[in-house]
Amino acid sequence: MSYTEIFFYIFAVLSILFALLTVTRRNAVHAAICLLLTFFFIACNYVLLEAEFLAAVQVLVYAGGVVGLMLYVIMLVRKDEADEVRQSLGQRVIAVFIAILFVLEIAFISLLAYYGNYSGFLSSKMAQIGGNTESIGAVLYTYFLLPFEVVSVLLLAALVGAVVLAKNRIER
Amino acid sequence: MYQAISPYVPVLILILLAVLFGVVTLLIAWLVRPNAPYSEKLSPYECGVEPLQPGKLRMSIRFFVIVLLFLLFDVEAVFMYPWAVMYKPLGWWGFIEMALFVIILFVGYIYAWLKGALEWE
Amino acid sequence: MDVLMSDILTALIRIIVVFALALLTVAYLTYLERKVIGHMQVRMGPMRVGPHGLLQPIADGLKLFFKEDIVPTEGYRLTFYFAPILCLVCALILFAVIPFDAKFMISRLNIGLLYILSIASVGVMGIILAGWSSGSKYSLLGGLRSAAQIFSYEIFLGFSLMGPLMIAGSLDLVKIVEAQSVPFIVYQPVAFVIYLIAALGEINRVPFDLPEAESELVAGFHTEYSGMKFAYFFLAEYANMIIVSAIATIVFLAGWKGPILPGWMWFLIKMFIFIYFFIWVRATFPRYRYDQFMRIGWKIMLPLVLANIFVTGVVILFIGGY
Repeated sequence: MSYTEIFFYIFAVLSILFALLTVTRRNAVHAAICLLLTFFFIACNYVLLEAEFLAAVQVLVYAGGVVGLMLYVIMLVRKDEADEVRQSLGQRVIAVFIAILFVLEIAFISLLAYYGNYSGFLSSKMAQIGGNTESIGAVLYTYFLLPFEVVSVLLLAALVGAVVLAKNRIER
Repeated sequence: MYQAISPYVPVLILILLAVLFGVVTLLIAWLVRPNAPYSEKLSPYECGVEPLQPGKLRMSIRFFVIVLLFLLFDVEAVFMYPWAVMYKPLGWWGFIEMALFVIILFVGYIYAWLKGALEWE
Repeated sequence: MDVLMSDILTALIRIIVVFALALLTVAYLTYLERKVIGHMQVRMGPMRVGPHGLLQPIADGLKLFFKEDIVPTEGYRLTFYFAPILCLVCALILFAVIPFDAKFMISRLNIGLLYILSIASVGVMGIILAGWSSGSKYSLLGGLRSAAQIFSYEIFLGFSLMGPLMIAGSLDLVKIVEAQSVPFIVYQPVAFVIYLIAALGEINRVPFDLPEAESELVAGFHTEYSGMKFAYFFLAEYANMIIVSAIATIVFLAGWKGPILPGWMWFLIKMFIFIYFFIWVRATFPRYRYDQFMRIGWKIMLPLVLANIFVTGVVILFIGGY
């Protein structure tokens, strides 16, 4: 086994371990900490794939932003409510269904990547430029222009939604 | 810099070393420090009086809005890094793209402003 | 195999040198701050331990080391221990990419600047967790305030670095320095000022030390902390101050570049100018109110910094003749 493979297995096992801990912990804050570590180890695996920009963004947005938001919400609600409560929303069937769908999706993409030949075009473009962030910039703002602009509409929707949700409380 | 190893290997070593430093120093301190707790000492700080109610407070929703705004602008910033790095090669075309992107988000920002989400009275 | 071992050995030596120097600098920064503020207020500052109080930081460290460690009854033990360690680790590993010289750094990453911003954003979790796990009102309030403040100012910090990035065209800190034949402070004065203000908010320094606000919140998120765990927060805060100054040096003042003196010396001189500035600000300004602070951030700095990005963009394109 090469060193890269050894590191891959270490990070993969750790990220799966902490992902499992995330969904099994009763204490919401402990679950959030485990989620933080999961995101970190996934970022480590991105680094192994030489997707440095993605790794940094993984830590910046997910570990820094999303987990921060979760911890914040846990702090905003009362402590005894957040703690040691068995929370069930009765959505187990839907959750299982979505999980199966997700696994199928990943399997489909891996098979496509393994048997199909989809890597040529972009990777050759990216190799010319060199540097992960630079190549993402070069591809994202030329070939994926429309999705990029759609993202801003999505963010706008989220922003308006957040303000509308909070507005009632502010005025009350 | 390094020929045989990825530049991330030293970073990993540093992370391990920093964690080790943090944990080991606490452990050594645990060995040498005194330990004489009693219930008054362990009660949460409340200017010397009995705590009225434990640390359970309802917080203003504004904090939540601010953190949501942070998350959205954080994502915007993430999109901006590759753009800024490739700015010169992208030229005017890149400028217009990002201007459009920011203007759309700015509409939401102005909406939040007008609805009073940024006020702290 | 030999190359591999020698690489790892070089890395280890560099890490140990930087690590030791960073901890020493952080310790003596507390001394420097007390001395400078003392003299600004026509006092002597620490004088008792050693000549001119030079051994004061060591005495402080030893004292904290031997102090009793208290976990409040309302607190959550595991998280209570985890929070300061997270804060400290996130602060210390930021030194990994700082180029002290054209050659001397622990590691040179393509995404250097982004590495610092992303790790720093994880450091905030430590503060939130500390506030939450202490089980005290003041800690909770301090943690909430602190997190909202750092989150907001992180945005402005990131955006203010965008202008220099557009000129330099790289996230690699070494390349950013090499791109500066003229320091970027000349091209980007607005971004520089916004960076400094955002940095003050980001590292919880006066006039934006609202999370601590001793007169309102006792000591904010670390009210319940004692002994070594308290020392960790302290170390993290000062390490962050060094990092923020180092980034300002690299991005706006051309890092190690300068005539006659060797590069690392220029780097340290420039860095200590910023550190001195942060201490000076502390001795000069009163604390802002929280609503004022948030208004400055979200209503003035955000539009200004976005405008700066696009003005920079237009100027680059006109000068570049695209």
